[in-house]
Amino acid sequence: MAEQTVVPADGTSTVTTREQTRAEERYVAPPVDIYEEKDGLVVLADIPGADASGLDVKVDQGILTIEARTSYSPMANPLRREFELVNFFRQFQLPEKVAADQISAELTNGVLKLKLPWAPEVRPRRIQVKTT
Amino acid sequence: MSTWDPFREMLELRRELDRTFDAFFSGRQPGLPRLAFLPGRGARQYPLVNVYEDRDNVFVEALAPGVKPDTLDLQYQGTVLTISGEKPAPEVSSPESYHRSERAAGRFTRSIELGVPIDDAKVEATYKNGLLMVKLPKAEAAKPRQIAVSVG
Repeated sequence: MAEQTVVPADGTSTVTTREQTRAEERYVAPPVDIYEEKDGLVVLADIPGADASGLDVKVDQGILTIEARTSYSPMANPLRREFELVNFFRQFQLPEKVAADQISAELTNGVLKLKLPWAPEVRPRRIQVKTT
Repeated sequence: MSTWDPFREMLELRRELDRTFDAFFSGRQPGLPRLAFLPGRGARQYPLVNVYEDRDNVFVEALAPGVKPDTLDLQYQGTVLTISGEKPAPEVSSPESYHRSERAAGRFTRSIELGVPIDDAKVEATYKNGLLMVKLPKAEAAKPRQIAVSVG
């Protein structure tokens, strides 16, 4: 079920959106925080109910894909039902090249934390200004 | 086998209506999946809960990813369970460095009416993968009782 939902920066392929009725199973987009640190991006995603074995994170053609499967079986006799856990899926287009081999991911208390360091060639370089 | 009981049917209908109204007032359209997508700050009650029961227990399941486990606090009084805790905001050096900020953060508290008295000495709570699961054994007086029939 790995289609593309965002266009890669070089525009080489087109978007195929998933159709709810044809998808293998239902999924939702997890809420995320994305912020920049000195040498890369940090992505935090709330994926409650998913554990490390059902998690699939990849960067391909400048597109970050987060996919998480939850194994959840609601109990019988509900008195109140406000949520339902389904699988998570979300894609992002990354603005710059990341160092794919240095990506780190950790999962704590249902929150996925991804660190995406920039590739060495796109890191800002400090230029010394000479005064004469 | 059960016989048709108009009063039970009415009770069922009432429950059905309650559920529909619940869904409407919680901002969710009936028929759509109950999303795990968490609402923004203050949009509605937090955390979302599922409540189940069996013969001996009531189970409360709360959707609360990213809560600091040592801030989780459960209190029980009367027949009301109160869940509170804090979800810390990410440590970001400056607000400008945000590209997206969709995850709500902060302190929360929510009370849930359970409807049955609980044996509060035996309550168990676990927090795993962002889900808080509370098992509340019903008080002896609230459990259904088997009555032996003696044949005379």
